Amino acid sequence: MTDMLTPVLSANWADDRAWKLSNYERGGGYQALRKALGMTPDDLITEVKDSGLRGRGGAGFPTGMKWSFVPQDNPNPKYLVVNADESEPGTCKDIPLMMANPHVLVEGVIISSYAIRSNYAFIYVRGEVLHVIRRLQQAVREAYSAGYLGKNILGSGYDLELVVHAGAGAYICGEETALLDSLEGRRGQPRLRPPFPAVAGLYASPTVVNNVESIASVPGIVGKGAGWFASMGTEKSKGHGIFSLSGHVANPGQFEAPMGITLRQLIELAGGMRNGHQLKFFTPGGSSTQILTHEHLDMPLDFDSVMAAGSLLGTRALQIFDETTSVVRTTLRWVEFYKHESCGKCTPCREGNWWLVQMLKKFEAGQAVEGDIEKMLDVADNIGGRSFCALADGAVACVTSAVKEFRSEFEAGYHTPAWELFPYAKSALFPVTSDGGHA
Amino acid sequence: MSVDAKATAVEKSDLISVFIDGIEVQVPKGTLAIRAAEMIGIDIPRFCDHPLLDPVGACRQCMVEVPDMGNGRGMPKPQASCTLEVAPNMHIQTQVSSPVAEKAQKGMLEFLLINHPLDCPICDKGGECPLQNQSLSHGYGESRYDGVKRTFPKPVSVSAQVLLDRERCVLCARCTRFSEQISGDPFIALVERGALQQVGIYEDDPYDSYFSGNVIQICPVGALTSADYRFQARPFDLVSTPVTCEICSSGCQLRSDHRHYQVKRRLAGNAPEVNEEWNCDRGRFAFYSGRGADRLRTPLVRDSGVLRPASWPEAIDAAVAGLRAAAGNVGVLTGGRLTLENAYGYAKFARTVLGTNNIDFRSRAHSAEEADFLAHAVAGKRLGEGVTYADLERAASVVCVGFEPEEESPIVFLRLRKAARKNDLKVTVVAPYLSNGALKLGAELVPTAPGGEAQAVAALEAEGDTIVLLGERALDAPGTLSAAVALAERTGARLAWIPRRAGDRGAIEAGCLPNLLPGGRLVADAGARVDVGAAWGVASLPPSAGLDADAMLAAAARGSLSALVVGGVQPTDFADAVLAREAFEKAGFVLSLETRVSEVTERADVVLPVDLIEEQPGHFLNWEHREGRVNRVNKQAASPMTDLRALAMLADALGSDLGVRTAKAAKAEFDELGAWDGGRAAAPTTAAASAPAATGAGLVLASWRQLIDGSAANDGADALLATAKPVVARLSAATASGLGLTEGDDVTITAGGGQVSLPLFVEDSMVDGVVWIPGNRGGEGLGELRVTAGETVTVTGGAA
Repeated sequence: MTDMLTPVLSANWADDRAWKLSNYERGGGYQALRKALGMTPDDLITEVKDSGLRGRGGAGFPTGMKWSFVPQDNPNPKYLVVNADESEPGTCKDIPLMMANPHVLVEGVIISSYAIRSNYAFIYVRGEVLHVIRRLQQAVREAYSAGYLGKNILGSGYDLELVVHAGAGAYICGEETALLDSLEGRRGQPRLRPPFPAVAGLYASPTVVNNVESIASVPGIVGKGAGWFASMGTEKSKGHGIFSLSGHVANPGQFEAPMGITLRQLIELAGGMRNGHQLKFFTPGGSSTQILTHEHLDMPLDFDSVMAAGSLLGTRALQIFDETTSVVRTTLRWVEFYKHESCGKCTPCREGNWWLVQMLKKFEAGQAVEGDIEKMLDVADNIGGRSFCALADGAVACVTSAVKEFRSEFEAGYHTPAWELFPYAKSALFPVTSDGGHA
Repeated sequence: MSVDAKATAVEKSDLISVFIDGIEVQVPKGTLAIRAAEMIGIDIPRFCDHPLLDPVGACRQCMVEVPDMGNGRGMPKPQASCTLEVAPNMHIQTQVSSPVAEKAQKGMLEFLLINHPLDCPICDKGGECPLQNQSLSHGYGESRYDGVKRTFPKPVSVSAQVLLDRERCVLCARCTRFSEQISGDPFIALVERGALQQVGIYEDDPYDSYFSGNVIQICPVGALTSADYRFQARPFDLVSTPVTCEICSSGCQLRSDHRHYQVKRRLAGNAPEVNEEWNCDRGRFAFYSGRGADRLRTPLVRDSGVLRPASWPEAIDAAVAGLRAAAGNVGVLTGGRLTLENAYGYAKFARTVLGTNNIDFRSRAHSAEEADFLAHAVAGKRLGEGVTYADLERAASVVCVGFEPEEESPIVFLRLRKAARKNDLKVTVVAPYLSNGALKLGAELVPTAPGGEAQAVAALEAEGDTIVLLGERALDAPGTLSAAVALAERTGARLAWIPRRAGDRGAIEAGCLPNLLPGGRLVADAGARVDVGAAWGVASLPPSAGLDADAMLAAAARGSLSALVVGGVQPTDFADAVLAREAFEKAGFVLSLETRVSEVTERADVVLPVDLIEEQPGHFLNWEHREGRVNRVNKQAASPMTDLRALAMLADALGSDLGVRTAKAAKAEFDELGAWDGGRAAAPTTAAASAPAATGAGLVLASWRQLIDGSAANDGADALLATAKPVVARLSAATASGLGLTEGDDVTITAGGGQVSLPLFVEDSMVDGVVWIPGNRGGEGLGELRVTAGETVTVTGGAA
């Protein structure tokens, strides 16, 4: 059963104090860096290209190709920025990774920076996870002391400064250009593109922004070879990835497996659905991806298969909901999140999510009227694809897919409150108090 | 079908073809889709888009479909046309031909309205509101929103003159982009997030800018309103008249809106060659000064030592008697606020009726070197023969001498800032310190104590693509103007002289100088005199140069000048206010042509009330020598007479004939006379004075006037005056500590004519040994101290 797993980044999570440099080194840590420093940057980019690594932050853009876009004739400094602003509902892979194994990220940063010829790198961490920030800072300190960071790294003549920067708690700062604004000390709001960060990113200089897991995958690729990495996964989605299962499964958690594993296999790994219940719907990649149902239990979880099913692989954040769950309530909670996290820059996201929440509250309370479903879908249509960045696209994905899969539950919102159809205590994972809070 | 874009200076080969709703249009590369659509008359609705601001793509109102990017592939999502640069052979479908674009636009308007109050009937913008208009032209007729609207406490002040109703705001970021990109005063910003996002100011600091009124004008809804104009009128009840601003020599084209014969507001006009679509707050808000109880409505004559109202015939008789008695021993002071036509009337009146060249518009410090410079380098130059705004924008380098653009010609400042931001213009200022305005231009300072400007200019390096901007204060240090002319001759740099008042440039062309006849003709040139005399139908013109203003005042004060004819001047404007008052008191006869009671009318023997600028037609010439029309906005004038008409009546009564009595006739005669194509004055060659040095508590005085100060023209504009910069004295840190002073201390500046106490501001970039004070403090000019910049004053701690 566990032979379906491919623990690479998570291999040492159970080790005693895996986050310490000495323990990481004992497991072969920083050997890939030594190898990388003996290669040319261009060879490194080729190696990553050959591995087929696609961005693990959700969009799945080939990492090596992104690196090759950095114009090397630009006289400005080049920057590597690691996007560690993991905030999507359901997504919980980077934070445990950085908590348990920060050095694999630090090593990845050094190799990646060397490849794109950057001497300054930043890890932008979500501000709420103070424990992770501290652990990363400690890891960076250890790496400086060991000579893996700073001037003349391991005698190679290569210099790199690495800064761990804490965000201030805004989901939008996971959008790469908003992240760069925030990193520059401004309000985090998405920037107009073009120019793209590879040309004019941080401080208007060429910048590569990569997800934590993408960068953390680099030492393995360099150490064991592109072929090793490409031997895992599917033809177009190669390698290993962390799948996060949450919700109504017996043992939620992170499962590092080859791309293309199915949800049925993952639920088995997680000990099955919670006792006595069946799968109703799930998100394949966090709350901004269209929900899918049991029909998709055997769909390979890779970029292209999920897209073919009308959703997105996203961050492989599988939120699992059983038959006790009200899809109306779930959708409302998600849209409330997007309303709260909309940066306010563009009209459809700012105003549209404000409106959707009010509509969904009526559905939840059984106070919607005939025609409200069509109105809500029309409003969602006016939001999706019209906004400045992809935040609003994610916000309406759950609405349209929920109506598509479970229209009758919304129709029930014309007369019956969701809490009567789906008593909330039944779907609760933790005991619920009389006022609706958790005990 | 093909429509060619108006692409100036773009070669045909640089144009690309794009197709908008199937119509081919040729546009320069890099054109935004929304602009390309405008060229063929397709109006895509928009809020955040503004052609003079950087694109932001925030409101998403201008969505279009792109079925073909020019490479055969379409864009999957609708695009914001305000951020979309066209590509060769791109196909764009607007709401005209794309149901997707139309629905996206309608949906966006619906979103903008869900949280927008339906208070149009009481909103200042109602009737001229882009949100209102575009909702009607491009929106759904009805809203499907039945929820609760977002509300905020209202209004909040972002400054004394700009109020914000946050629930009306559509968050287009025009105001914040204007303040950051155009004026460089980023003191308003978007704060908070999501539906709570709003325009905010820093916790303790208001929106401090000389250009803040522009944000009211470009606000596409009624979120930003003018404290002055709020609830004063509905746009559809206003009558609009295009005018030229009468404040400074920038020459802004404005729109003056009146109702019931009272100007309610002024807006920036659209003049791409001059002020683009902007103006300064003073030009926008300072139009109240003629409304007070001190407005003159009838002539006054002095009777037993007291001024009493009189009829026009009686007053004209009294004036004739006074002028006859003076028998040509008369001086004429016209000031710098007259229209070209009125100035021409004075110039002609002095020569043909009074028979004198004693005429000077310079109610400020002046010098013979300056008169020579003006005759040599300024007078008689037509538009395009000198520097223009467009030249400033294209220049590689601009040097400011005796000139603070933001304070003394704000639209020149905006153009320099645009050039610095977009074209990497290098700005250099020869000044005692790097002012805030200079900082916003990214200027480099040539630290120069007042009096040292001539030597600083002589030491400048310049090239052919350098422009030297000389302010009216450049005359303060003897030799500076001469050095500038020499610099231009040596290096090929171009010179431009930018005076402070709207009428200055016209007064020079009209001949309101003791050495100049109209059109730059020299009094000393017999041929020029014959030319003008022939045009005026007089046998001869007085051949010798007249007295300048200071000389006239001195002569009147000692009783050797029998009479003064005075236009709109104030004693405090002169370098020596005390001498000016004495002159008006001691002159045998003073005739004042004025709009309001002033220190001159109080000392005059006959006062003739004349029209305000808003009550008469005419022209101003701006610093470029560009004509700008003023129009009769207020057709119920308090006085029936312009300066020109009153002078013509006087001429008649004196048995002479001015020949012109209307602005139209005066302008026609002035144009007919034209600029002089004969000999020009030689360049001034005044030697540079040695720079004065500070000694102990004796410091060198530096000063210029701030835009919003105690000028009488600002009277009544209370909201504007509340935004004036604080009045402080500035010292360098070393000078301050040498005097045992720290910031905020009171310091007293003592000069020959008196003393003034001001709080101290320590200016990091200030030259040691120099003290700066503003040129006008609450109506008191520097002249009260009988001191000019470059002279030595005593500075001590503590209040006087």
